[in-house]
Amino acid sequence: MASRAIVDANEHQEPIYLDYRGRYDGILGWILSTDHKRIGLMYLAALVVFFLAAMTLGFFMRLEQWTVGQTIVDAKTYNTLFTVHGVIMVFLVVVPGIPATLGNFFLPLQLGAKDVSFPRLNLTSWYLYMIGALIIFLALFTSGGLPDTGWTFYAPYNIRTTTNIPLAVFGVFILGFSSILTGLNFVTTMHQLRAPGMSWFRMPLFCWGLYATGWIQVLATPVLGITMLLVLVEKTMSIGVFDPSLGGDPILYQHLFWIYSHPAVYIMILPAMGIISEIMPTFARRTIFGYKAIAYSSLAIALAGSLVWGHHMFTSGQSYTANVLFSLLTFLVGIPTAIKVLNWVATLYRGAIRIEPPLLYALSFIFLFSIGGFTGLMQGVLNVDVHLHDTYFVVAHFHYVMFGGTVMGLFAGLHYWFPKMFGKMYEKSWANISWALQLIGFNMLYFTMLVMGYNGMPRRYYDHLIEFNAGHQLATVGSWVLIAGILIMFANLLHGLLKGEEADDNPWGGTTLEWSIKGLPPLENFDEIPEVTQGPYDHNPEPEVVK
Amino acid sequence: MSSHSNAIVAHKHPSDVEGAKIAMWLFLFTEVLLFGGLFILYAVYRYQYSLDFHLAATELNASLGAINTVVLLTSSLTVALSIEALRRGNRKLSLWMLFITIVCALTFMVIKYFEWSAKIHHGIYPGSETLLTASSGEIVFYNLYYAMTGLHGIHVLIGMGVLGGMFYFIARKPINKEAINYDVVERIRGGSRMAVLADDGRELGDVINIDDKVERVEIKVIYENTPEKFDPRNEIKLENSGLYWHIVDVIWIFLFPLFYLII
Repeated sequence: MASRAIVDANEHQEPIYLDYRGRYDGILGWILSTDHKRIGLMYLAALVVFFLAAMTLGFFMRLEQWTVGQTIVDAKTYNTLFTVHGVIMVFLVVVPGIPATLGNFFLPLQLGAKDVSFPRLNLTSWYLYMIGALIIFLALFTSGGLPDTGWTFYAPYNIRTTTNIPLAVFGVFILGFSSILTGLNFVTTMHQLRAPGMSWFRMPLFCWGLYATGWIQVLATPVLGITMLLVLVEKTMSIGVFDPSLGGDPILYQHLFWIYSHPAVYIMILPAMGIISEIMPTFARRTIFGYKAIAYSSLAIALAGSLVWGHHMFTSGQSYTANVLFSLLTFLVGIPTAIKVLNWVATLYRGAIRIEPPLLYALSFIFLFSIGGFTGLMQGVLNVDVHLHDTYFVVAHFHYVMFGGTVMGLFAGLHYWFPKMFGKMYEKSWANISWALQLIGFNMLYFTMLVMGYNGMPRRYYDHLIEFNAGHQLATVGSWVLIAGILIMFANLLHGLLKGEEADDNPWGGTTLEWSIKGLPPLENFDEIPEVTQGPYDHNPEPEVVK
Repeated sequence: MSSHSNAIVAHKHPSDVEGAKIAMWLFLFTEVLLFGGLFILYAVYRYQYSLDFHLAATELNASLGAINTVVLLTSSLTVALSIEALRRGNRKLSLWMLFITIVCALTFMVIKYFEWSAKIHHGIYPGSETLLTASSGEIVFYNLYYAMTGLHGIHVLIGMGVLGGMFYFIARKPINKEAINYDVVERIRGGSRMAVLADDGRELGDVINIDDKVERVEIKVIYENTPEKFDPRNEIKLENSGLYWHIVDVIWIFLFPLFYLII
């Protein structure tokens, strides 16, 4: 397929989304645009900045552990480092992450719709996200210093700290609003705006992931909202319900927090699983194995995942019966998750596999996420968890799932859809190199932490015993390799964006609707709303393949 | 423009009534879960401090609570009537019913104000010395009381704002203006003529030639509704506002027995 000029105004009835001139020009044309593609890119830009900022904090945390005793920061500063790293990464990066960026951009394209159901609400979500982020940054740098409670804001830490927790939790509340509105918008869009002929089971699996995510966003986020509001009024108006000196019970804070925050990890991971379900059939050049099983398992994960919050609290003092139930339910979540993993691997079987950067990222997702999943099951065992609770094992497990899972999924999706988003192609060789560095660095860092945690290294300590020193140094070197890989990847993508070669319409041979668009998508995506007559991953052997 | 015309009118985002309803119901779920967190806390603490809760609840004024319940139930009825009136095209009745609803909401807040002030006057408010000397259960009861009725009160205020906005939308002179910027110059340049046609093909107004001098085409459509008719989009907006008002009411239906009646 010869390379064609992408920016060709005559090709579509409407200008492509990057060229469109509405009522406003320049930056206003972006921040006042209700086009889902522009909103997706605005989220992406903010997200990359937040990610790099929090990554830098992580770099300094690892550096502090280089020697026994104080290396570069004192204990108090270390507390703020891991708190701010966690708050930014969780609430500003991985929770909104994929739905807000790639979800916004590709959901309507994959459905064959002109936009989401409520474009103005969509822009409102972006503003709420930015306002929430701004409030959190204000909270970080105003009265009392940086928060030092950990990203979970646990009572009684949040009661006793002198830092600006009220403002920080208010920021989280606003971010929750943004998340709810995005979920509500997406669910409605999938109910109302599927192209003619696209039945629920002809919907691409990325959309299924977003659908399950949308429901969790709508149903779980309000519980976080009320929890944050209660902390806010407790701190500012002494309407205490968690403070023991006011008769409150700090354990209830943990319950309410995890009623949201455990489902939230499925908000983070389900869209990433959706991306993997897109990439696997495309690069195996065959239809996905077990489409319905994957679609239903998304819903099953969303449902079961909403009932397992108590497994964060096995050692916090809840009844033994509750522990057993939560442990059982935790194992149940493993079933739909394993169904997905097995189906992805089965999709590769006898496929005409093409090794390209998106597939490499997707494979590393499966590898890392599987480790994350299995270590999660280990902690679901009641007696094992007593040993592992609040150690590096938990931290490493969490990063295997959230970083190895969600963020790798995001990177995979970026490499997959980059040509459709910008019409350019990045350097594949550099993409491969950065992928390899990330995979090596990641495992040096977090697998070492798994082992250290198993041996008893507690989390959130700025210091460590001498016997852990070798492990910490290995992990720290791993963090350098990982960061190098990430920086090279972003540099490569940026270079591709600015100076990359023009990409083909469908460089990977994808079969979903977004690839049917010639060049970059025009303002309203489709010149004519497509009619869907087959499933999403129908890879009919093309004539030249048969020859 | 009184007659129908064939001018190219592209609705950017056609209003999707069903979609709007789905979204509103999803939003109502979030409200249920927002208060759900508080109801869980209430349940746990009631179990933990049942005696203290019993003692504390006797202090609340059940008659004021009952009056407020009647007021809110009435307002739920009137907002439903307002929606039905608008659906049947009776704009005036709809506005009256909406007005009564807003008055009820205001009444509720005024009664709430007196109730709270009496409590605060007796020194029962969060962080007060009187309250801090009470037992843990009583402190928690009143903290929950203020948190839950306070959050509910905020919802009543938001509801008043929403219903007030709807009153304005329905009451205002029904004129609609729509400016359509059409980026069609390149395609119709060179000999194209632009006209607005009536149903029967009659040309309305002047015909404009689109030659090279034309840089952009902008169509402004102004249509006035007859007094009986109104912007149909108001109907779904009012219905959704009504749904919001009902959830505010339903939450109170649970708050009232939990705080005032179960003693």
